[in-house]
Amino acid sequence: MSEDLRSRLLVIVPAWNERDALPGVLVELARELPEADVLVVSDGSTDGTADVARAAGTAMVLDLPLNLGVGGAMRAGYRFAAREGYGAAVQVDADGQHDPADVRRVVDALTAESADVVIGARFAGVGSYRVRGPRRWAMSVLSGVLSRIAGARLTDTTSGFRASNRRAIALFANEYPAEYLGDTVESLVIACRSGLTVRQVGVQMRPRAGGTPSHNPVKAAVFLGRAVFALLIALTRPLGQAPAGVHR
Amino acid sequence: MMTGYWFALGSCLLLLVFLVVLMRTRRIREKYALIWVALAIGVCIVGAFPSAVTWLSSLVGVQTPSNLLFAFALILLLLVCIQLSVEMTTMEEETRTLTEEVALLRFDLDRMAAGQRDRDGARSGPVAFPPPEDGPA
Repeated sequence: MSEDLRSRLLVIVPAWNERDALPGVLVELARELPEADVLVVSDGSTDGTADVARAAGTAMVLDLPLNLGVGGAMRAGYRFAAREGYGAAVQVDADGQHDPADVRRVVDALTAESADVVIGARFAGVGSYRVRGPRRWAMSVLSGVLSRIAGARLTDTTSGFRASNRRAIALFANEYPAEYLGDTVESLVIACRSGLTVRQVGVQMRPRAGGTPSHNPVKAAVFLGRAVFALLIALTRPLGQAPAGVHR
Repeated sequence: MMTGYWFALGSCLLLLVFLVVLMRTRRIREKYALIWVALAIGVCIVGAFPSAVTWLSSLVGVQTPSNLLFAFALILLLLVCIQLSVEMTTMEEETRTLTEEVALLRFDLDRMAAGQRDRDGARSGPVAFPPPEDGPA
Protein backbone atom coordinates (compact mmCIF):
# COMPACT_ATOMS: atom_id res chain seq x y z
CA MET A 1 0.00 0.00 0.00
CA SER A 2 1.34 3.41 -0.86
CA GLU A 3 1.23 5.74 2.11
CA ASP A 4 2.41 8.86 0.32
CA LEU A 5 0.12 11.61 -0.83
CA ARG A 6 0.25 10.91 -4.55
CA SER A 7 -3.14 10.00 -5.85
CA ARG A 8 -3.95 6.65 -4.35
CA LEU A 9 -5.85 4.06 -6.38
CA LEU A 10 -8.69 1.96 -5.04
CA VAL A 11 -9.86 -1.11 -6.93
CA ILE A 12 -13.50 -1.80 -6.09
CA VAL A 13 -14.64 -5.37 -6.68
CA PRO A 14 -18.39 -5.82 -6.25
CA ALA A 15 -18.98 -9.49 -5.47
CA TRP A 16 -22.18 -11.41 -5.00
CA ASN A 17 -21.66 -15.09 -4.23
CA GLU A 18 -18.36 -15.25 -6.09
CA ARG A 19 -16.35 -17.38 -3.70
CA ASP A 20 -14.98 -19.55 -6.51
CA ALA A 21 -13.82 -16.85 -8.92
CA LEU A 22 -12.84 -14.15 -6.42
CA PRO A 23 -9.53 -15.53 -5.01
CA GLY A 24 -8.03 -15.79 -8.49
CA VAL A 25 -9.04 -12.24 -9.32
CA LEU A 26 -7.54 -10.97 -6.05
CA VAL A 27 -4.25 -12.77 -6.68
CA GLU A 28 -4.06 -11.27 -10.18
CA LEU A 29 -4.92 -7.80 -8.92
CA ALA A 30 -2.22 -7.97 -6.24
CA ARG A 31 0.28 -9.04 -8.89
CA GLU A 32 -0.67 -6.48 -11.53
CA LEU A 33 -1.27 -3.53 -9.21
CA PRO A 34 0.84 -3.97 -6.08
CA GLU A 35 0.51 -0.27 -5.19
CA ALA A 36 -3.29 -0.16 -5.29
CA ASP A 37 -5.69 -0.86 -2.45
CA VAL A 38 -8.34 -3.44 -3.22
CA LEU A 39 -11.82 -3.24 -1.71
CA VAL A 40 -14.14 -6.21 -2.10
CA VAL A 41 -17.77 -5.24 -1.59
CA SER A 42 -19.61 -8.42 -0.70
CA ASP A 43 -23.17 -7.67 -1.72
CA GLY A 44 -25.06 -9.69 0.87
CA SER A 45 -23.32 -12.87 -0.25
CA THR A 46 -24.51 -16.07 1.40
CA ASP A 47 -21.66 -18.33 0.31
CA GLY A 48 -18.91 -16.85 2.45
CA THR A 49 -17.51 -14.57 -0.25
CA ALA A 50 -16.50 -12.05 2.43
CA ASP A 51 -14.54 -14.69 4.38
CA VAL A 52 -12.78 -15.85 1.21
CA ALA A 53 -11.84 -12.25 0.45
CA ARG A 54 -10.51 -11.68 3.98
CA ALA A 55 -8.59 -14.93 3.88
CA ALA A 56 -6.81 -13.75 0.72
CA GLY A 57 -5.17 -11.10 2.91
CA THR A 58 -4.60 -8.61 0.12
CA ALA A 59 -7.99 -6.93 0.13
CA MET A 60 -10.15 -4.85 2.40
CA VAL A 61 -13.68 -6.15 2.72
CA LEU A 62 -16.92 -4.24 2.93
CA ASP A 63 -19.59 -6.74 3.90
CA LEU A 64 -23.10 -5.50 3.11
CA PRO A 65 -25.65 -7.22 5.35
CA LEU A 66 -28.27 -7.23 2.55
CA ASN A 67 -28.15 -7.80 -1.18
CA LEU A 68 -28.50 -4.39 -2.82
CA GLY A 69 -27.57 -5.15 -6.40
CA VAL A 70 -24.48 -3.93 -8.23
CA GLY A 71 -25.58 -0.29 -7.94
CA GLY A 72 -25.85 -0.50 -4.16
CA ALA A 73 -22.55 -2.30 -3.78
CA MET A 74 -20.82 0.23 -6.00
CA ARG A 75 -22.23 3.26 -4.21
CA ALA A 76 -20.96 1.79 -0.94
CA GLY A 77 -17.56 1.38 -2.62
CA TYR A 78 -17.54 4.96 -3.90
CA ARG A 79 -18.60 6.25 -0.48
CA PHE A 80 -15.66 4.40 0.99
CA ALA A 81 -13.35 5.88 -1.65
CA ALA A 82 -14.67 9.39 -1.02
CA ARG A 83 -14.34 9.13 2.76
CA GLU A 84 -10.86 7.68 2.63
CA GLY A 85 -9.77 10.31 0.12
CA TYR A 86 -8.73 8.12 -2.80
CA GLY A 87 -7.70 9.99 -5.94
CA ALA A 88 -8.99 7.34 -8.33
CA ALA A 89 -11.20 4.28 -8.17
CA VAL A 90 -11.58 1.49 -10.66
CA GLN A 91 -14.42 -0.99 -10.74
CA VAL A 92 -13.56 -4.58 -11.66
CA ASP A 93 -15.95 -7.54 -11.77
CA ALA A 94 -15.33 -10.41 -9.38
CA ASP A 95 -16.10 -13.11 -11.95
CA GLY A 96 -12.78 -12.75 -13.71
CA GLN A 97 -14.28 -11.28 -16.90
CA HIS A 98 -12.12 -8.18 -16.64
CA ASP A 99 -8.43 -8.74 -17.07
CA PRO A 100 -6.54 -7.11 -14.17
CA ALA A 101 -3.71 -6.50 -16.63
CA ASP A 102 -5.97 -3.95 -18.35
CA VAL A 103 -6.71 -2.00 -15.15
CA ARG A 104 -3.64 0.16 -15.42
CA ARG A 105 -4.42 1.16 -19.01
CA VAL A 106 -7.97 2.15 -18.04
CA VAL A 107 -6.74 4.14 -15.03
CA ASP A 108 -3.93 5.80 -16.99
CA ALA A 109 -6.47 6.99 -19.56
CA LEU A 110 -7.99 9.19 -16.83
CA THR A 111 -4.98 11.49 -17.01
CA ALA A 112 -3.98 10.78 -20.61
CA GLU A 113 -7.41 11.74 -21.97
CA SER A 114 -8.11 14.18 -19.11
CA ALA A 115 -11.33 12.30 -18.47
CA ASP A 116 -13.32 11.95 -15.27
CA VAL A 117 -14.67 8.51 -16.15
CA VAL A 118 -13.00 5.96 -18.41
CA ILE A 119 -14.87 2.85 -19.55
CA GLY A 120 -13.05 -0.37 -20.35
CA ALA A 121 -15.02 -1.16 -23.50
CA ARG A 122 -15.51 -4.58 -25.05
CA PHE A 123 -16.35 -3.56 -28.59
CA ALA A 124 -13.64 -1.01 -29.22
CA GLY A 125 -11.62 -3.14 -31.62
CA VAL A 126 -9.75 -5.09 -28.98
CA GLY A 127 -10.69 -8.66 -28.17
CA SER A 128 -13.32 -10.91 -29.66
CA TYR A 129 -16.41 -10.32 -27.52
CA ARG A 130 -19.52 -10.41 -29.73
CA VAL A 131 -23.27 -10.31 -29.23
CA ARG A 132 -25.99 -10.86 -31.82
CA GLY A 133 -29.63 -10.06 -32.54
CA PRO A 134 -31.90 -7.80 -30.47
CA ARG A 135 -29.38 -7.57 -27.67
CA ARG A 136 -26.90 -6.12 -30.11
CA TRP A 137 -29.47 -3.61 -31.41
CA ALA A 138 -30.22 -2.57 -27.84
CA MET A 139 -26.55 -2.06 -27.14
CA SER A 140 -26.05 -0.02 -30.30
CA VAL A 141 -29.05 2.18 -29.47
CA LEU A 142 -27.58 2.78 -26.01
CA SER A 143 -24.12 3.49 -27.42
CA GLY A 144 -25.51 5.87 -30.03
CA VAL A 145 -27.46 7.94 -27.52
CA LEU A 146 -24.71 7.97 -24.91
CA SER A 147 -22.00 8.82 -27.43
CA ARG A 148 -24.07 11.83 -28.43
CA ILE A 149 -24.49 12.96 -24.81
CA ALA A 150 -20.85 12.35 -23.95
CA GLY A 151 -19.58 13.97 -27.13
CA ALA A 152 -17.26 11.01 -27.70
CA ARG A 153 -17.55 7.55 -29.18
CA LEU A 154 -18.73 5.09 -26.54
CA THR A 155 -19.21 1.58 -27.85
CA ASP A 156 -19.88 -0.33 -24.64
CA THR A 157 -22.18 1.44 -22.23
CA THR A 158 -23.11 -1.65 -20.23
CA SER A 159 -19.53 -2.43 -19.27
CA GLY A 160 -18.91 -2.81 -15.55
CA PHE A 161 -15.23 -2.02 -16.01
CA ARG A 162 -14.54 1.66 -15.42
CA ALA A 163 -12.21 4.08 -13.71
CA SER A 164 -13.24 7.30 -11.95
CA ASN A 165 -11.23 10.24 -10.72
CA ARG A 166 -11.84 12.24 -7.55
CA ARG A 167 -14.65 14.30 -9.10
CA ALA A 168 -16.46 11.25 -10.37
CA ILE A 169 -15.99 9.47 -7.02
CA ALA A 170 -17.62 12.39 -5.22
CA LEU A 171 -20.56 12.28 -7.64
CA PHE A 172 -21.01 8.50 -7.56
CA ALA A 173 -20.77 8.44 -3.75
CA ASN A 174 -24.06 10.30 -3.73
CA GLU A 175 -25.72 9.21 -6.95
CA TYR A 176 -25.32 5.67 -8.07
CA PRO A 177 -28.68 4.21 -9.01
CA ALA A 178 -29.60 0.76 -7.74
CA GLU A 179 -32.12 0.26 -10.52
CA TYR A 180 -31.95 -2.01 -13.56
CA LEU A 181 -29.06 -0.79 -15.75
CA GLY A 182 -28.65 2.02 -13.22
CA ASP A 183 -25.15 0.90 -12.35
CA THR A 184 -24.02 1.10 -15.97
CA VAL A 185 -26.12 3.16 -18.38
CA GLU A 186 -27.83 5.54 -15.99
CA SER A 187 -24.71 6.31 -13.98
CA LEU A 188 -23.02 7.30 -17.24
CA VAL A 189 -25.95 9.58 -18.08
CA ILE A 190 -25.67 11.14 -14.61
CA ALA A 191 -21.93 11.65 -15.11
CA CYS A 192 -22.37 13.28 -18.52
CA ARG A 193 -25.24 15.47 -17.39
CA SER A 194 -23.22 16.59 -14.37
CA GLY A 195 -20.53 17.86 -16.70
CA LEU A 196 -18.00 15.05 -16.28
CA THR A 197 -15.93 13.87 -19.23
CA VAL A 198 -16.51 10.24 -20.19
CA ARG A 199 -14.10 8.39 -22.49
CA GLN A 200 -13.37 4.77 -23.31
CA VAL A 201 -10.45 2.43 -23.79
CA GLY A 202 -10.70 -0.89 -25.59
CA VAL A 203 -10.13 -3.96 -23.43
CA GLN A 204 -10.02 -7.69 -23.95
CA MET A 205 -12.88 -9.51 -22.26
CA ARG A 206 -12.24 -12.96 -20.92
CA PRO A 207 -14.89 -15.66 -20.78
CA ARG A 208 -16.79 -15.70 -17.52
CA ALA A 209 -15.71 -18.21 -14.94
CA GLY A 210 -19.20 -19.69 -14.95
CA GLY A 211 -22.36 -19.38 -17.04
CA THR A 212 -22.82 -18.18 -20.62
CA PRO A 213 -24.43 -14.97 -21.89
CA SER A 214 -27.97 -15.72 -22.99
CA HIS A 215 -29.07 -15.43 -26.62
CA ASN A 216 -32.77 -15.87 -25.92
CA PRO A 217 -34.55 -13.40 -28.27
CA VAL A 218 -37.41 -12.77 -25.83
CA LYS A 219 -34.98 -11.88 -23.05
CA ALA A 220 -33.07 -9.69 -25.47
CA ALA A 221 -36.26 -7.87 -26.48
CA VAL A 222 -37.13 -7.30 -22.83
CA PHE A 223 -33.61 -6.00 -22.33
CA LEU A 224 -34.06 -3.58 -25.23
CA GLY A 225 -37.37 -2.30 -23.84
CA ARG A 226 -36.07 -1.86 -20.33
CA ALA A 227 -32.86 -0.26 -21.56
CA VAL A 228 -34.66 2.32 -23.69
CA PHE A 229 -37.10 3.04 -20.86
CA ALA A 230 -34.27 3.42 -18.32
CA LEU A 231 -32.45 5.71 -20.73
CA LEU A 232 -35.52 7.91 -21.32
CA ILE A 233 -36.13 8.28 -17.60
CA ALA A 234 -32.46 8.98 -16.90
CA LEU A 235 -32.30 11.64 -19.60
CA THR A 236 -35.36 13.52 -18.40
CA ARG A 237 -34.71 13.25 -14.66
CA PRO A 238 -34.20 16.55 -12.83
CA LEU A 239 -30.52 16.98 -11.97
CA GLY A 240 -28.99 17.29 -8.54
CA GLN A 241 -31.92 15.84 -6.65
CA ALA A 242 -31.02 13.28 -4.03
CA PRO A 243 -33.41 10.34 -4.11
CA ALA A 244 -36.03 10.27 -1.36
CA GLY A 245 -34.65 8.73 1.77
CA VAL A 246 -31.06 9.79 1.15
CA HIS A 247 -29.64 12.30 3.51
CA ARG A 248 -26.39 13.83 2.41
CA MET B 1 -84.22 -0.29 0.80
CA MET B 2 -84.09 0.45 4.49
CA THR B 3 -81.90 -2.59 5.26
CA GLY B 4 -79.42 -1.68 2.53
CA TYR B 5 -79.27 1.85 3.92
CA TRP B 6 -78.45 0.75 7.47
CA PHE B 7 -76.04 -1.90 6.16
CA ALA B 8 -74.02 0.72 4.28
CA LEU B 9 -73.99 3.18 7.13
CA GLY B 10 -73.16 0.48 9.69
CA SER B 11 -70.21 -0.90 7.72
CA CYS B 12 -68.78 2.59 7.23
CA LEU B 13 -68.96 3.28 10.94
CA LEU B 14 -67.33 -0.09 11.63
CA LEU B 15 -64.52 0.82 9.24
CA LEU B 16 -64.04 4.14 11.03
CA VAL B 17 -63.85 2.42 14.43
CA PHE B 18 -61.39 -0.15 13.04
CA LEU B 19 -59.12 2.63 11.70
CA VAL B 20 -59.20 4.52 15.01
CA VAL B 21 -58.31 1.32 16.86
CA LEU B 22 -55.39 0.73 14.49
CA MET B 23 -54.16 4.27 15.01
CA ARG B 24 -54.53 4.04 18.79
CA THR B 25 -52.43 0.88 18.88
CA ARG B 26 -49.89 2.47 16.51
CA ARG B 27 -50.41 -0.26 13.94
CA ILE B 28 -51.03 2.33 11.23
CA ARG B 29 -49.57 5.80 10.90
CA GLU B 30 -51.93 8.72 10.73
CA LYS B 31 -50.59 9.81 7.33
CA TYR B 32 -51.77 6.53 5.79
CA ALA B 33 -54.98 6.30 7.81
CA LEU B 34 -56.10 9.81 6.96
CA ILE B 35 -57.18 8.99 3.42
CA TRP B 36 -59.20 5.99 4.65
CA VAL B 37 -60.82 8.06 7.40
CA ALA B 38 -61.77 10.72 4.85
CA LEU B 39 -63.15 8.02 2.57
CA ALA B 40 -65.21 6.40 5.33
CA ILE B 41 -66.66 9.76 6.37
CA GLY B 42 -67.43 10.53 2.73
CA VAL B 43 -69.24 7.21 2.27
CA CYS B 44 -71.14 7.82 5.53
CA ILE B 45 -72.36 11.15 4.17
CA VAL B 46 -73.31 9.60 0.82
CA GLY B 47 -75.04 6.75 2.66
CA ALA B 48 -77.00 9.16 4.82
CA PHE B 49 -77.99 11.42 1.92
CA PRO B 50 -78.22 9.35 -1.29
CA SER B 51 -79.75 12.33 -3.07
CA ALA B 52 -76.32 14.00 -2.90
CA VAL B 53 -74.92 11.44 -5.36
CA THR B 54 -77.86 11.87 -7.71
CA TRP B 55 -77.32 15.61 -7.67
CA LEU B 56 -73.56 15.24 -8.22
CA SER B 57 -73.93 12.76 -11.10
CA SER B 58 -76.37 15.03 -12.92
CA LEU B 59 -73.86 17.83 -12.39
CA VAL B 60 -70.94 15.96 -14.04
CA GLY B 61 -73.15 14.27 -16.62
CA VAL B 62 -73.12 10.67 -15.42
CA GLN B 63 -76.44 8.91 -16.04
CA THR B 64 -76.30 6.21 -13.37
CA PRO B 65 -75.30 7.65 -9.97
CA SER B 66 -73.74 4.36 -8.81
CA ASN B 67 -71.33 4.46 -11.76
CA LEU B 68 -70.03 7.79 -10.49
CA LEU B 69 -69.31 6.14 -7.15
CA PHE B 70 -67.53 3.22 -8.82
CA ALA B 71 -65.41 5.60 -10.88
CA PHE B 72 -64.51 7.60 -7.77
CA ALA B 73 -63.66 4.42 -5.89
CA LEU B 74 -61.38 3.19 -8.68
CA ILE B 75 -59.50 6.47 -8.93
CA LEU B 76 -59.07 6.67 -5.19
CA LEU B 77 -57.75 3.12 -4.92
CA LEU B 78 -55.34 3.81 -7.77
CA LEU B 79 -54.02 6.90 -5.99
CA VAL B 80 -53.57 4.98 -2.75
CA CYS B 81 -51.63 2.24 -4.58
CA ILE B 82 -49.36 4.83 -6.17
CA GLN B 83 -48.82 6.48 -2.80
CA LEU B 84 -47.82 3.13 -1.32
CA SER B 85 -45.37 2.50 -4.18
CA VAL B 86 -43.82 5.90 -3.58
CA GLU B 87 -43.49 5.23 0.13
CA MET B 88 -41.98 1.83 -0.57
CA THR B 89 -39.40 3.33 -2.91
CA THR B 90 -38.44 5.80 -0.20
CA MET B 91 -38.12 2.97 2.27
CA GLU B 92 -35.97 0.91 -0.07
CA GLU B 93 -33.68 3.88 -0.58
CA GLU B 94 -33.48 4.37 3.19
CA THR B 95 -32.70 0.69 3.68
CA ARG B 96 -30.01 0.90 1.02
CA THR B 97 -28.39 3.91 2.66
CA LEU B 98 -28.47 2.24 6.07
CA THR B 99 -27.08 -1.00 4.68
CA GLU B 100 -24.15 0.84 3.14
CA GLU B 101 -23.59 2.78 6.33
CA VAL B 102 -23.66 -0.39 8.47
CA ALA B 103 -21.05 -2.03 6.25
CA LEU B 104 -18.84 1.09 6.37
CA LEU B 105 -19.16 1.30 10.15
CA ARG B 106 -18.37 -2.37 10.60
CA PHE B 107 -15.28 -1.89 8.48
CA ASP B 108 -14.15 1.07 10.64
CA LEU B 109 -14.82 -0.95 13.78
CA ASP B 110 -12.81 -3.94 12.56
CA ARG B 111 -9.96 -1.65 11.59
CA MET B 112 -9.98 0.06 14.98
CA ALA B 113 -10.08 -3.26 16.78
CA ALA B 114 -7.16 -4.50 14.69
CA GLY B 115 -5.22 -1.32 15.45
CA GLN B 116 -5.92 -1.77 19.15
CA ARG B 117 -4.71 -5.36 19.06
CA ASP B 118 -1.57 -4.23 17.32
CA ARG B 119 -0.81 -1.63 19.96
CA ASP B 120 -1.45 -4.21 22.68
CA GLY B 121 0.91 -6.54 20.91
CA ALA B 122 3.58 -3.79 21.20
CA ARG B 123 3.90 -3.44 17.46
CA SER B 124 3.84 -0.01 15.88
CA GLY B 125 2.46 1.46 12.67
CA PRO B 126 -1.05 1.82 11.35
CA VAL B 127 -2.88 -1.19 10.03
CA ALA B 128 -4.45 -0.70 6.65
CA PHE B 129 -7.12 -3.34 7.02
CA PRO B 130 -8.12 -6.07 9.47
CA PRO B 131 -6.08 -9.25 9.30
CA PRO B 132 -7.81 -12.18 7.63
CA GLU B 133 -8.54 -14.15 10.78
CA ASP B 134 -10.82 -11.56 12.37
CA GLY B 135 -13.86 -11.92 10.13
CA PRO B 136 -17.11 -11.98 12.03
CA ALA B 137 -19.11 -15.13 11.50
